[in-house]
Amino acid sequence: MSIDLKTIKHISKLSRISVDQKKAEKLAGDLNSIFDFIEKLNELKTDNVEPLTSVAETTLKLRSDEVKSKNLRDQVIKNSPKENEDYFVVPKVIE
Amino acid sequence: MSDITKQSLSELVENIKGKKLSSSEVTKAFVERSEKSKELNAYITEDYANALNKAKTFDEKPNLDLKLPGIPMAVKDLFCTKDLRTTAGSKILNNFVPTYESTVTQNIWNEGAILMGKLNCDEFAMGSSNETSFFGNVQNPIDKNLVPGGSSGGSSSAVAAQLTPITIGTDTGGSIRQPASFTGTVGLKPTYGSCSRYGIVAFASSLDQAGPMAQNVKDCALLHEVISTYDEKDSTSIDFKRNDYSKELTKDIKGKKIGIPKEYRVDSMPKEIEDLWKKGIEYAKDCGAEIIDISLPHTNYALPTYYIVAPAEASSNLARYDGVKYGFRAEGENLIDMYEKTRSEGFGAEVQRRIMIGTYVLSSGYYDAYYLKAQKVRKLIKNDFDDAYKKVDAILTPSTPSSAFKIGEKTNDPVSMYLNDIFTVPVNLAGLPGISIPAGHDAKGYPLGLQIIGKAFDEQNILNIAYAMEEKINFKNNITDWWIK
Repeated sequence: MSIDLKTIKHISKLSRISVDQKKAEKLAGDLNSIFDFIEKLNELKTDNVEPLTSVAETTLKLRSDEVKSKNLRDQVIKNSPKENEDYFVVPKVIE
Repeated sequence: MSDITKQSLSELVENIKGKKLSSSEVTKAFVERSEKSKELNAYITEDYANALNKAKTFDEKPNLDLKLPGIPMAVKDLFCTKDLRTTAGSKILNNFVPTYESTVTQNIWNEGAILMGKLNCDEFAMGSSNETSFFGNVQNPIDKNLVPGGSSGGSSSAVAAQLTPITIGTDTGGSIRQPASFTGTVGLKPTYGSCSRYGIVAFASSLDQAGPMAQNVKDCALLHEVISTYDEKDSTSIDFKRNDYSKELTKDIKGKKIGIPKEYRVDSMPKEIEDLWKKGIEYAKDCGAEIIDISLPHTNYALPTYYIVAPAEASSNLARYDGVKYGFRAEGENLIDMYEKTRSEGFGAEVQRRIMIGTYVLSSGYYDAYYLKAQKVRKLIKNDFDDAYKKVDAILTPSTPSSAFKIGEKTNDPVSMYLNDIFTVPVNLAGLPGISIPAGHDAKGYPLGLQIIGKAFDEQNILNIAYAMEEKINFKNNITDWWIK
C-alpha cells in the first residue's frame, strides 16, 4: 500500500491542518513507513474475533441529571483567544 | 539539614511528622535545587513563590495527620491545575490557564502536598524522548545530551535529579515506565480506571492512565494510595476496593508465580538487556518466587495495533483545538482557513503526523481495514494476558529494549522511536498495571529497568514483588550533578 500526495491532501483537509507541498511530501514518506509497519496486522485472521472497545468491563453508572456547577460563563470565556464580552468571536461566516 | 533533597519522600514525611523539618525548610531546599538546575529544562512553568507561601501557611497550623504533609511537588504539565498555566507541552495551549483542577492533583493537594511547578513533557504526551515538546528538550541527569525518555521526561528527570521528592506522570503506551527506566527511577502505570482521567489533557482515552514516579517502591506505593480514587467525573473510573498500598506493602512474595513470556525475547534485543532479564529472574527466585515460562503469542502485533488505536483516538480528542474557545489562534481569511492555520501552526510535527494517521484510519473506506482490525487484535492481546494469568500471578519483562539514547539520535525515524515502547504498549492495550524498577546498568553506566506486569486491580501484588526485588537488586543511581555550575 502506498499513500500518495493526493491522499495526504485529502487527510489534511479532513484533519483541518493545512499542508504545503514540502510538508505533504515529508508526511507521505513518514506515513508510508508507519503503514508498512502497521500492515503486519494483516497476517492475523480475525474474522471471528469480537472487537475490544473498552478494557474496563463495567456498565456505565447512572446518576441523577442535576446541575452541579453554575454561573461558569466568565470562567469558560476567560481563555478565549478573542472575546467580545459574552461571546466567542470567529471570522465572519455569513455573507 | 543540608541534604534535604537527598531524602526520599517517606523520610521527608517522617521528618515533617516528627517536627524535625518544617514544610518551609523542605520546600525551600527543593526550590533552590530546582533553580540551580535550569539546564535540565525539566520545568515548563515554575510556581516557586506560591509554593514557599503555601509552605509558610502550612507551618503556621500544620496538619500532621495528612499523608503528604507540606511536601512540595512538581507535576507533569498534562494535569490541569487551577489558575496555573497548563500547556501539555504544546504551542496550541501555550497561554491556557485552567479554571478547574484535575482529580488526581486535587487528591494530592488534599493530602497536604504543595505544587512547585509544571514539568516538561512530549507534546500532548506523544513521544518517547521528550523531544516533541514545544518547550525544548529535557536533559537526563544521568549524562549530558541524553534523553530522559518520554513522554513524562520532565517528570523522570526531576525525580532522578531530586528537584522534586516525587511526581506524577501519565502513561498511554509506556510514558511513565520508559522514562523511569531511562533515569533509574520507579514508575507505576496503574490499571485502567484506577486513577481518574478528569482534568488530564486527553491523548488516547482508552489507554491514558496517570501514575506515580518515585525514587523507590515505598514512595511509589504511598503516592499511588493518594491518587487512586473512584471519581464520578470520569465515566471510565472504576469503583473497586482500593488498598492502603503503602501500609500493606510487604517483601514476602514467597510462592508467587511469576511468568516469563518467551515472545519478549525479540531478535534485536541487546545482550545487556537479555542479561538484565536473566538477573531479574534470579532476583525473583531469591525472593522465593516461582518462575514459570509462559507465552503471549500476539506480542509482536501490539505496536502496530497501538499505532492505529492511539492516533485514532488522538485525532478525535484533538479536534477540540480549533482556535475558538481557548488556546492559540492563527488569523485566517475565513473560519475554515483560521482552523487550518491554527492547527498547522499550533501543533508540532509529531502531533500532526499522529492526527493524520488517526484521521486516515477512521476515514470512509478504511475504518474496517484499520481501526476495526486493530480493535480485534487488541482483543487477542488481552486474551493472551487473560490466559497467562490462569497460570501466574505476575509477569516479569525488561522495561525497554535499550538504555537511554542521545538527543537527536532517533528523531528522523518515527518507527525506530516507536519501537522504544515494544515492552510497555501491550500492558496499556490490555488495561493492566505495570511497574518499572531500576535493576542495573549497561556498559556506558546508564540505568536499565525491569517491568512487572500484574492482573487488573492487582497493584498491591506488583508493588510487593517490586519492593522485594528492589532490596535484592540494591540499585544505586549515579547522579554527579554535572549540570550544576
